[in-house]
Amino acid sequence: MKPIAGQREGWLYLAPALLFVVVFVVWPLGQLVAMSFTDLSLLGGGKNVGLGNYIKIWGDSGFWRALTFTSEYTLIITPILMGLGFLLALLTAPNTALKKFTRTLVFLPVVIGLGSSSLLWYWLFDEQVGLVNKFLVDVGLLHEPLIWFTKASVSMWAVIISITWKVVGFGAVLFVAGIQSINKEIVEAAVVDGAGYWSRILHIVLPLSLRIILLTTLISAIGSMLAFDQWYIMTSGAPRGQTFTAVYWVYQSSFVSFKLGYGAALSLILMAIIFVLSAAQIVLSARTQRP
Amino acid sequence: MSSIAVPQSAARARTTLPATAYLVAALCVAVSAIMAAPLLLSLLAAIKTTADASAVPPQYLPGRLSLENFRTVFNYQAGLPVYVGNSLIVAAITIAASLVLAIPAGYGLARFAMRGKELAFLLLLAPIMIPYQSLLTPLYLDFAKVGLANTYLGLAIVHTILQLPFSIFLMRNNFESIPREIEEAATIDGCSSWRRLIYIFLPLSAPGLVTVALFAFINSWNEFLAALIFMNKETSFTVPILLVSVRTGNHGAVDWGALQAGVIISVIPCLLVYLLLQRYYISGLLSGAVK
Repeated sequence: MKPIAGQREGWLYLAPALLFVVVFVVWPLGQLVAMSFTDLSLLGGGKNVGLGNYIKIWGDSGFWRALTFTSEYTLIITPILMGLGFLLALLTAPNTALKKFTRTLVFLPVVIGLGSSSLLWYWLFDEQVGLVNKFLVDVGLLHEPLIWFTKASVSMWAVIISITWKVVGFGAVLFVAGIQSINKEIVEAAVVDGAGYWSRILHIVLPLSLRIILLTTLISAIGSMLAFDQWYIMTSGAPRGQTFTAVYWVYQSSFVSFKLGYGAALSLILMAIIFVLSAAQIVLSARTQRP
Repeated sequence: MSSIAVPQSAARARTTLPATAYLVAALCVAVSAIMAAPLLLSLLAAIKTTADASAVPPQYLPGRLSLENFRTVFNYQAGLPVYVGNSLIVAAITIAASLVLAIPAGYGLARFAMRGKELAFLLLLAPIMIPYQSLLTPLYLDFAKVGLANTYLGLAIVHTILQLPFSIFLMRNNFESIPREIEEAATIDGCSSWRRLIYIFLPLSAPGLVTVALFAFINSWNEFLAALIFMNKETSFTVPILLVSVRTGNHGAVDWGALQAGVIISVIPCLLVYLLLQRYYISGLLSGAVK
């Protein structure tokens, strides 16, 4: 069939969105690159320093520590989120009333704000008024209240628990869709062949859900690499900057120390790292069709 | 409608194995309880008296019901209505901008054959690959120059950048799924492409429009970092920034009850919108993440 209308008309419809992206994404991106070669600060400056900022980043132990910390956080939380999400999906995929209800509750925290959930958990984990300590002492898992936010390694777990509660439903709900779309005849055949529940999961459900698991893993990992809100609210980088994440370090350099040029260079390095992950995501979702 | 995890024959097996069925049901109840507990505890803390909410050691249940904490939040600084108003106005502009940009763009991409169309589509999706966190510095400087700092429009523009790729993607798919036969009659009648969009496409696209608006609302209402940087005047705070300010308090000591009252107020719109429009939310999530 002939296309309904011509070139110019089509471009007219695209124009507002294209203009918006050029003005508010492409142009600022160019500014960011230009800025990264200067010593611009919120107080003035703007002299060209060539690659000076990038050379300084090389020796900026704070940035590398933040990047390592963020990667560590991502490497720990991603398998937890995906594993737990998949188990919850297996549990709640059948469309019975109880399971639909459970699914709704598992997903509920995904829709609330990360700021709200972080402040909620900041209170739950407080060593004096927090109910996590009270609960753990009441059931005998702890002898005395634990101080959750003085050591980086302990804070890490407090944040991981809170974020797991907050976003585990995201993966779970995508996995439920994947599981529900698997052809029932294949499963029936396996049952006839005498395959047990876990054997069916391992040999049929898991391989057929692989694409959706990979995609979700990438989306989740990108989110974790860009973590800011939960750390800003729950630890503020304490103790001694040990819990600064990469985005937090950029924020700190740009808007607390006012070193905008330097912050721009940091942003671009972070962007390059994220670019690799999101390019993988786009290739993966474009190459294959719906599961 | 049984699904993969419990196919028909397994369901039959289940009736002979009630122990497994009880175990699965018990697991569902336990998971639901764990997911609901933090929000319930927060609500219970919010309706305690201010003194009870900060008591050491804490109690799970309020000794006496009180709206004291809500009153504190309501009268905090400029007053809660100002902050809720700020958040609602920013969200409303974000919804409007997302729709105004994504509807024509989705239409242009779905129904017109232009050279370079797919390239334009990629450009429109580019913001996915560029973390918005890194664009905040140049945008902040640009906005300060043109008087958009600390304005609803400025923050709404940033929130629209976040929403645009998803919105365009969704509208394009939505329009493409409308059968061509429906508009052909109108074309023969001499109906212009603009009138076809308004009178044929839009009325058939209600679910897509609701989904775009829903995501724009929830993400704008919850967004933290841009609001933190762009809305730095005490009267221009959005709700998430207000919460952080409530925690910091006036005299250093945290008012825990008021903080949880704030958390509850901040999550109510999200929970309501989600519970009412769950179907749109989940379908939007699936099409956005999995494509």
